[in-house]
Amino acid sequence: MPPAEPTARWKGQDILDQVERLRLELPPGVRDRWVEDIYAESARIASRNVDQQGASQRLSWERRLDWFLTNRWTGFPTMILMLAVVLWITIEGANVPSGWLATLLLDKGHPLLKDLAVWLHMPWWLSGVLVDGLYLTTAWVISVMLPPMAIFFPLFTLLEDFGYLPRVAFNLDNLFHRVGAHGKQALTMSMGWGCNAAGVVATRVIDSPRERLIAIITNNFALCNGRWPTQILIAVVFLGALAPPALAGVVAAGSVLAVALLGVALTFVSSWMLSRSVLKGEASTFSLELPPYRPPQLLRTLYTSLIDRTLIVLWRAVVFAAPAGVVLWTICNLKLGDSSIAEGLIGALDPLGWVIGLNGVILVAYIVAIPANEIVIPTILMLTVMVTGVSGVGEQGAGVMFETSTNSALATLLHGGGWTTLTAVCLMLFSLCHNPCSTTIYTIWKETKSARWTAVATFMPIAFGIVICGAVALVWRWLAG
Amino acid sequence: MAKPTLSPCDSCPVASVSRLERLGMKLSHADFVVALAGNPNTGKSTIFNALTGLRQHTGNWPGKTIARAEGAFSLDGKRYRLVDLPGTYSLLSATDDEEVARDFILFGRPDVTVVVLDATRIERNLNLALQVLQITNRAIICVNLIDEAKAHGITVDERGLARDLGVPVVPAAARSGQGVQELVREIADMANGTTVCTPRRLKYEVPGLREAMDEIAASLEAVYPNVPHRDWIAMRLLEGDPRIAEAVASGTLGNLEDDHAAS
Repeated sequence: MPPAEPTARWKGQDILDQVERLRLELPPGVRDRWVEDIYAESARIASRNVDQQGASQRLSWERRLDWFLTNRWTGFPTMILMLAVVLWITIEGANVPSGWLATLLLDKGHPLLKDLAVWLHMPWWLSGVLVDGLYLTTAWVISVMLPPMAIFFPLFTLLEDFGYLPRVAFNLDNLFHRVGAHGKQALTMSMGWGCNAAGVVATRVIDSPRERLIAIITNNFALCNGRWPTQILIAVVFLGALAPPALAGVVAAGSVLAVALLGVALTFVSSWMLSRSVLKGEASTFSLELPPYRPPQLLRTLYTSLIDRTLIVLWRAVVFAAPAGVVLWTICNLKLGDSSIAEGLIGALDPLGWVIGLNGVILVAYIVAIPANEIVIPTILMLTVMVTGVSGVGEQGAGVMFETSTNSALATLLHGGGWTTLTAVCLMLFSLCHNPCSTTIYTIWKETKSARWTAVATFMPIAFGIVICGAVALVWRWLAG
Repeated sequence: MAKPTLSPCDSCPVASVSRLERLGMKLSHADFVVALAGNPNTGKSTIFNALTGLRQHTGNWPGKTIARAEGAFSLDGKRYRLVDLPGTYSLLSATDDEEVARDFILFGRPDVTVVVLDATRIERNLNLALQVLQITNRAIICVNLIDEAKAHGITVDERGLARDLGVPVVPAAARSGQGVQELVREIADMANGTTVCTPRRLKYEVPGLREAMDEIAASLEAVYPNVPHRDWIAMRLLEGDPRIAEAVASGTLGNLEDDHAAS
């Protein structure tokens, strides 16, 4: 029995007992009445001081646009069309500046540095590690990644500024709700399209720990910026080439779009699986205010998306690509017995690769490229050259990462390495479904503080990738006889 | 110290802003702490950027300020630390966002709290403003997005609003920089004690409520003598807020202030 009068000896629990006692004496619904009072007062003050003159032209225009963008029949096609157009502009627009950068950094810069190394009397292994490993990898990453990012990010930010993202979240909310996830996952997924690590951090907007975990684990199915270039390049070289030249761009953009949409579908499927098994629970409700449309500020958007997003992501890629280049050069040139370490690895992984429509080279590339998805393609090229011993395509010789001057030369090289359309399709699928990059894995660990969930987030996509690619390869080979 | 000759510039807000120094992330040695609160998507981050010169990512969707962001500016030799709180609709329910905002306003003891309102949605936004005014005397209302309101044919009577709320009201269109100067001036005046306000407080009209709150507040004072806003805590306890009850029972209530202490 607590004393009647509060004293310094009282504990917190005594106060709670007192509260319980007092609450019983009060009329019911204290909280509701208090909230009602606040609302009534707000309404009174607003009615006195706010004046609306006539029906607003802009308001009715916004209502119509909202109706169109969030309507069941027009909302989804508009979303997909917008994404397709953004991708198409990125693919078509990135080609030319990408070529310029490749000429500057690879065709001109690399021989220059080679000569410099000779002139400095560098030992062959040092110039190999520095110029052929470190410099070439970095230069490749810059010339392939910078132009698409410099187009994709500003376009995406413009849509964001305009106020389109909340409409996307609104459209997808119902679907996310049905698979037992939170509607805000649409927003974290969109962030993941820029960078999965950013997407994982953005899941903090989700309050329920269960739904937040689902959003974190499935974020990897949002194609990140490090994987867009792989998708785009393979789609252009292999799938665009199947179509007549006039349609090549459209076919390439269409196939990248298909992979991105498959990623969205897999997000739903895996969210559903998680919320029906290990992360059981009901979806919590949330209210999302559709903000008014605002004319995007063009110059500021360009500036911030170039500085804040493009250059930061690029810097990260370079930081990871440079050491990976050194590792690559080393495993290709260090001999264990008769063959190099890389050759041994490729041979060991070839059977598994064949089963899922890929090859040993690609799997080794994915292991080397764990730090950054961006360097998957350069690694594949370098390893292919070494294995096939193709010469004449890249004058620098085996074990050196190089830029093929045109896409068709790239196709020749990869065909020489035994690539088919099946390999290309499976690579695009595997690029969607494999482990997150090391930065993202680290971020997941930081956000969840759980080794178990980090492991789930890391290995679940690989399982998806093996199953999907294996199934595709099986059906493909069966159809092809 | 006698003031030197008065030129019109001394009282003009435009001139004072020319002395505004945006300090970005230089947070040390702040003389005053200013909190920035408001509903989601009212342009808090835009105002934050305009005052600090930082480029915190702003986007036209709610919920993108995840935790609180901090920056600094200096005016007339005084340094101000500005804290951008996550957007919230009220201080009453208990999502994580709202808890960050509410704990800071209550226990971080900001010298000034700026409540940003969306001029096109005044009525809904006022709910939060009234709740903030319930717990602090040192608040400024910034009616942002007045350019947008104008496009919608909405006019807001700022003077009337200031009269009704009992605190300064600054109209602004922060995206184009309009009103930022006046806002800085008001913040400085309030922080320095030049402006003193008696904001509108709602009465607790439920019979017996006032007495019950007083009784609980007295107990709180006995157990946690240093904790401010005992009335507010008492009200939350009577409403049955589980997080507050937990904090009272476990004694963490006494630590809340340390957690949010303005360095």
